Amino acid sequence: MTQAYDVVVIGGGLHGLSAALHLARRSARVLVVEKHWVGRHASGATAAGVRTLNRDRGELDLSLEALDMWHALASLVGDDCGFHPNGQICVAENAGALSKLEARVNGLRADGYTHEEMIGPAELRRLLPELSHHCLGASYTRRDGAADPHRALRAFRSSAVDAGVTLVEHCGVNALKKTGQGWLVSADGGREWSAGAIVNAAGAWSGRVAAMVGDDIPLATKSSMMMVSERLRPFIKPVVAIMGRSLSFKQSDQGTLVIGGGLQGIPDLDRETSTARMQVLAKGARSATDLFPSVRDIRIVRVWAGLEAKTDDMLPVVGPSPNAPGVFHAFGFSGHGFELVPVVGATLADLILTGKTSRPIQALDARRLMPAFAKEKSS
Amino acid sequence: MMREVDVLIVGAGPAGMSAAIRLRAAGLSVLVVDEQPAPGGQIWRAVETVAPTTTGKLLGDEYRAGQHLAAAFRASGADYEPQTQVWQIEPGWHVYKSCAGQAEVIRADQVLLATGAQERPAPFPGWTLPGVLTVGAAQILLKTSQQVPADPVWVVGSGPLPLLYMAQLVRAGGRVAGWLDTSPAGGWRRAMPYLGDVLQRFGEIRKGLGWLRELKQAGVKRIRNVQSFRALGDGKLKTLEYTVNGGGTRQVPAKVLLVHEGVVPSIHMTRALDCAHHWSDQQACLVPDVDEWGQTSLRGVYIAGDGAGIAGANAACTRGELAAIGIALQAGKLTAQRAVEQALPLREQLAGQQRLRPMLDAMYPPRASIFAPSDDTIVCRCEELTAGDIRRAAALGQPGPNQIKSFTRAGMGPCQGRQCGYTIAHILAAEQQRPVAQVGFYRIRPPLKPLTLGELASLDLDGEK
Repeated sequence: MTQAYDVVVIGGGLHGLSAALHLARRSARVLVVEKHWVGRHASGATAAGVRTLNRDRGELDLSLEALDMWHALASLVGDDCGFHPNGQICVAENAGALSKLEARVNGLRADGYTHEEMIGPAELRRLLPELSHHCLGASYTRRDGAADPHRALRAFRSSAVDAGVTLVEHCGVNALKKTGQGWLVSADGGREWSAGAIVNAAGAWSGRVAAMVGDDIPLATKSSMMMVSERLRPFIKPVVAIMGRSLSFKQSDQGTLVIGGGLQGIPDLDRETSTARMQVLAKGARSATDLFPSVRDIRIVRVWAGLEAKTDDMLPVVGPSPNAPGVFHAFGFSGHGFELVPVVGATLADLILTGKTSRPIQALDARRLMPAFAKEKSS
Repeated sequence: MMREVDVLIVGAGPAGMSAAIRLRAAGLSVLVVDEQPAPGGQIWRAVETVAPTTTGKLLGDEYRAGQHLAAAFRASGADYEPQTQVWQIEPGWHVYKSCAGQAEVIRADQVLLATGAQERPAPFPGWTLPGVLTVGAAQILLKTSQQVPADPVWVVGSGPLPLLYMAQLVRAGGRVAGWLDTSPAGGWRRAMPYLGDVLQRFGEIRKGLGWLRELKQAGVKRIRNVQSFRALGDGKLKTLEYTVNGGGTRQVPAKVLLVHEGVVPSIHMTRALDCAHHWSDQQACLVPDVDEWGQTSLRGVYIAGDGAGIAGANAACTRGELAAIGIALQAGKLTAQRAVEQALPLREQLAGQQRLRPMLDAMYPPRASIFAPSDDTIVCRCEELTAGDIRRAAALGQPGPNQIKSFTRAGMGPCQGRQCGYTIAHILAAEQQRPVAQVGFYRIRPPLKPLTLGELASLDLDGEK
């Protein structure tokens, strides 16, 4: 017999779990179906930055609400997920970079946003005593920070299960069929569920799920590489980026350095893996050692890459499917989805349970990316 | 400018040296990189300098035999870079290596992994105490710095290596406090089906019997049917406690405890490359799939020696030569006909060299407790996680090793799971009542050897100021 759910969520990453949790807390019967295991790809491979710094305006308001949720995350999932609001800093190494940062911060101020501020060399040195002296200044978000992705996965998973969500791992979805009342989900091993609504949170494979319901949404794949070092004494609290270079640099609770910043490996969606490219990671190592010369002799213990979907404009797709009533998309976070996890789940719950949301997702509509609708718009 | 070479060989042990010699003879350019300061691998460590000495004599003829191969290797015309660690191999074959803090990428048409074996990690309570080491590590000290422990050593384990080491130690004037034999009772009964092989290869059996006789003459005490043991001490080993099957528990003072439970192929490189592997029930480990030339599931990546399944040094030499023929064939240096002809006598030789292996595997299975350590036993040494920690984490869903890594950090430390991989897999298999082959193994991430940020940064040529 086919079991019936109000919502079937495809994808057991953090966004899928968050949507399931918010839905179940609002009394929906929810099943999460995950092809491998919870957090197998991007959610388990993320640098876990909680960042509003340098956010695109199209998702900034959503991101600011998410940040407030991070500051009270224990009230949502019973754990702060290792979130430390020690700030995020984007460093300028030369006058050109500095004026770009200033222009951005001034632009934000003009529109009433005060979360980003400029800091001079003295404040920069106070926050980052071991920073190389060639750095001129930085933009800074005090309330940002970073969390522990594995703790976040555990917390969202157990909160979702405690809220009554059914979790099915090691089971891929193969087809979605429209029925009178909703959707029939067919998965590996001949398993089937019926659902009033579907959430597509399938990460790097979301385009394939969208295609099952007739949405042709062009997506690229990101394979962002990370490296982690041996443990060392605590010496840096904020997360550090550099204007004009690919770097995200921070120290975890374990004392390890976690270095990323969007350096790309070679993705392989069919084999569900990616190949690290050390020649590319060398750029990240160069940036890190340029900023913090004292880390030159620190040993790298592990390198990995996570797979996720990237859109043309680097903004995610969050909202209803243009072609398939009852299907809701949440994917394409393009390398910066971790911070948005609590708020996007809440947004999907709004949309599915009430048919609308007051949250600002206008810029995240799938139609902006779809050739069929782009033509309509231009004609 | 990136250096290019026809064949890059990782490892200058029996397989790597043998392959290099034959590849050079076939006219291919060869670079051999190796972690040690001199050729020989583990079995013939430091053989060039030690073989002619008194230590060389007491290490025995098998050891000294290595100097001839090392000399031929030196004369082969292969480029040889010692004290060099390979930390990543990428498709197209780009081999990343470091020597003295300087990193470099080499492009190679074909790659031969001759990285040998590692001792099977054998956790027990107290195995992280100073004073506890492996028999292999103790033997390396004997070979490279002629070190004989000042205090009598306790030896725990089974297999040919402890026998050989104890015989060598006794010859070098060392003392064995006692040998706790952990091989399950009935070894000769398990060996019976292989009687024909034993008779055929009696020369090798006689060697082992000779070591046993030496130990008996030296008065080495052998305690059989040891079921479990613990190393006790505060900050360092003080006491060894052991339980004999049906014979009670004893405590004895101990300063040095050497353990060994056989060897397993080093699979970190082939796992990192995503080569196909299969589970060997006989040797309780993963073994890379290879074809008749030692080529893995990836075209242009070969394995020779114990890395392709444990078979010992002599077989490693032969497998190195066979891989060299396969590589030369693929490089167009040999016709298929010539390759088959050249391989024929080597294949016969290899069959003989491998003949005793099934008997040895049957006689010396690893003790069962290394795969089911007690809850208080540390299994991941880097992150100091116990078997109990892993069992608790195993209750959440039906996790495989990679999820356990994410749940607990097991396998995330500098050893990259070399010490805990099999233990974790066996614990999960037992908890989930499924075969260990199905549970799988950690995904292995680069770098395969610890690498500093400065070394990696030195590869960013665009960023050079």
